[in-house]
Amino acid sequence: MLDFVQQLVSGVALGCVYGLIALGFVLVYKATEVVNFAQGDLMMLGGFFAFTFIGMMGLNYWIGFAGAVAAMALFGMLAERVVVRPILGYPQFSIIMATIGLGYFLRSIAGMIWGTDDLKIETPFSQGVLRMGSLVLAYDKLSVIAATMILCTLLYLFFNKTTLGTAMRASSENMLAAYYMGIPVKRVVSIVWAISAAVATCAGVLLAPITFIHSNVGLVLGLKAFPAAVLGGFGSIPGAVVGGVLIGVIESMAGFYLPEGWKDVAPYLVLLAVLLLKPEGLFGHHVRKKV
Amino acid sequence: MRFLFKTAYEDDIKLFPHSGYVVSYGILLALLLIAPFVLSSYLMSQLVFVCIYATVGVALLILTGFTGQASLGHAAFLAIGAYTAAYLQKYNVPFPVYFLAAGALSGLIGAMVGFPALRLTGIYLVIATISFALIVEEILARWESVTHGNEGMRVKALSLLGVPVPRDSPTFYFLCLAVLVLTIVGTLNLLRSPTGRAFVAIRDSETAARSMGVNVALYKVKSFAISAAITGFAGVLFAHKLSFISPEMFTLQLSIEFIIVILIGGTFSLHGAVLGAIFIVMIDPFLTYLKDDMPGMIAGIAATFGAGPATAGNIQSKVAAFASLNGLKGAIYGIIIVLFVLFEPLGLYGRWLKIKLFFQLFPLYKRATFKRQKIYVKSERNR
Amino acid sequence: MSYFRAENLSLHFGGLKAVDAVSFAVEKGEILSIIGPNGAGKSSIFNLISRIYRPTSGRIFFEDQDITEEPPYDIAKLGIARTFQNIELFENATVLSNLLVGRHRHSTTQLWQELLFLPSVRANEKVHRRRVEQVIEFLDLEPYRDKLISGLPYGVRKVIELARALCSEPKLILLDEPSSGLNVEETDDMSFWIRDLKNELGVTVLMVEHDMSLVNRVSDRVIALNYGRVLAMGSPAEVQQHPDVVAAYLGA
Repeated sequence: MLDFVQQLVSGVALGCVYGLIALGFVLVYKATEVVNFAQGDLMMLGGFFAFTFIGMMGLNYWIGFAGAVAAMALFGMLAERVVVRPILGYPQFSIIMATIGLGYFLRSIAGMIWGTDDLKIETPFSQGVLRMGSLVLAYDKLSVIAATMILCTLLYLFFNKTTLGTAMRASSENMLAAYYMGIPVKRVVSIVWAISAAVATCAGVLLAPITFIHSNVGLVLGLKAFPAAVLGGFGSIPGAVVGGVLIGVIESMAGFYLPEGWKDVAPYLVLLAVLLLKPEGLFGHHVRKKV
Repeated sequence: MRFLFKTAYEDDIKLFPHSGYVVSYGILLALLLIAPFVLSSYLMSQLVFVCIYATVGVALLILTGFTGQASLGHAAFLAIGAYTAAYLQKYNVPFPVYFLAAGALSGLIGAMVGFPALRLTGIYLVIATISFALIVEEILARWESVTHGNEGMRVKALSLLGVPVPRDSPTFYFLCLAVLVLTIVGTLNLLRSPTGRAFVAIRDSETAARSMGVNVALYKVKSFAISAAITGFAGVLFAHKLSFISPEMFTLQLSIEFIIVILIGGTFSLHGAVLGAIFIVMIDPFLTYLKDDMPGMIAGIAATFGAGPATAGNIQSKVAAFASLNGLKGAIYGIIIVLFVLFEPLGLYGRWLKIKLFFQLFPLYKRATFKRQKIYVKSERNR
Repeated sequence: MSYFRAENLSLHFGGLKAVDAVSFAVEKGEILSIIGPNGAGKSSIFNLISRIYRPTSGRIFFEDQDITEEPPYDIAKLGIARTFQNIELFENATVLSNLLVGRHRHSTTQLWQELLFLPSVRANEKVHRRRVEQVIEFLDLEPYRDKLISGLPYGVRKVIELARALCSEPKLILLDEPSSGLNVEETDDMSFWIRDLKNELGVTVLMVEHDMSLVNRVSDRVIALNYGRVLAMGSPAEVQQHPDVVAAYLGA
């Protein structure tokens, strides 16, 4: 039983990271119908930025964290401006390919700058555990869970309660109509990319104590975040996080209770099952084409 | 400009619309046939890879380019073909048999992937095919009694009618070339028959295709099966060429390379697959060249512009250090993909058509001829 | 027995009754028009016939055969072709290959034969090509044979869609707003072609249309719908005079 709870907590913590990356997918998808295959790599880059600020320049953890988030938000806008904006409105597949290309580029550039070794960031949560009876929970995992909950709530409020959030939802439904209604669609898209890069950075920094930062971490985790996003319906913010948590828990349980090898394929088996039985995901809704 | 006057319904069905095609493809084929007696063994080896990649490119074009079903899992079909060959070879099954068996098994699994993919479109299909490929990769690594897991498998030289055909012999090259040419001809035949037209119809409007009597589900499965089978054939050749296979050769990276092949070549014509394959295969020699010769050359250029020997040497070592950076290949891939998507969505073959048209219409060519139309309103979510 | 018959056809989306217990019959060789205000359920009836939607209840008969449960692609095989309100052509293909897709229900060749392009396939292709050429001639599409759809104006696309439906040599053709988006001249052409469909080719026509002048010119009978229910049925003049129809259109 104790093992089960331990596994559950670490699964949820890992799942929150997946959820945060999936959240990035969902944000960009909601606003522009682009699936950003470089989302995981944005997370990786955010982690490296934080490492540079905290590990190399010796800044305070929180200042470094904030610096990395700000820098990555700018970088997200830049990436949108250079890679995505010129091809908005073209078939989805071109845009997917462009973001795959961006991912390749970021991975190798990061490898060139920061090398190929695993890096670690010292955080206030790195050590320390919470003891509840015989249950031992590490702070780093709890911090991920708490931060995810906070971020998710903030984003949910932002999208549903603010004018900018409404504008974003409008432009995702029909870009042209939103533009005619006076919504600055280009700026909205820029902001969405900034937010999604910032969320990715949070994921990267929170992840740093759990897994090490290296140039391929984004690819590995990004691929795990897809099942999360699909499970959640690819258009729903709470869905992404719930999907992420489910995937994290499934992975962690499969790793503990099933023979070796199942851990890595379990998320994808679940994904295929979901796509077969309920292609619109747990929280999505099915729309059909009108003729 | 050449004007074609059609006088019979045959003219719309012919593979070569006019004699110019026969001449140019004839010359190309002749050059390819004398290539092994002229080119260095290194270039020949690259040419074999071009044939294999182009075959996979054609397979992917059938599925993605013509039927409109994106797949980022073709490395898995290649792996299935390669492993089937390696496994059957251990039991002394003759080459023609395991070659066909590899294609058949791969095609069968392709059809099985096609069934669940029926309900999926766009991004969901991409993700599902990625998942499929990742699962296959894991199975290859774990099913040790058959695949030898991560240790990989040796593949002996293939033997044709009892005569061994080493992987760097001209015969092996001719075999690969023959597979490629047969694949291309078969695909062209398909495209001018009802099946090929049904594929294109499904790509452009499933609703309309259905209302015209096309059994969309059946044809999607057919497309998956054909594409996977061809990839399986290519997998056999791939295994023989490398003479050793292991799971980490068939990763997502390879699937993406295949997509790059058709993306760079152009997704609307079979020419694209071949051009894209040449491009992808030649990146490696290009990088080697960059590492070996570029630094000296740039230093030489710097010297002619009046840089002292010290500076030139400095430049040389800087350039050499840059060229041998880890991950340069990845960065180049990334930049190439982005540049092609942004600036040449029709690919290399599209560029060639534009150049041809430019000279044909000179001086009346206008750039807007190939301008893409942006569709901001049409949400692909509701397809 | 009627040639084509819909019995108590209903389509409900939750509480919304898009089509509500509609019954009508089409006689062989006639032109029947369905009219009604926006949202009356006209296109939904078409989508029910071509099985894009599954009816909530009711049955559809064609040539005395119950086709309610046939899969969508078999509807075309039975000889029912259709056009779409907002044009569903194969954008990135030539006019010729669009029309050849219309021949799909007549293709008999197997995949392996096609891969080798055996003489039988070649012979079949020539037959298809000749049939398509006849339709091209019928609808004056000669200038566009090798053009890509994506570069053609709206009016031409509308005609090509009709041509594609005709290529399948249908017995019954469903025209969903054939004149929408066409100018006066093009509408005139369309009305002649629709008459010719009936008189020269002997095709039965079921048509949804807003343009009353076109409806008056070509229809033998008219059905008026509103809120998914049949308001009136009869000759064009009768239906237009019917008090319920007047009320539905004028909102009285």
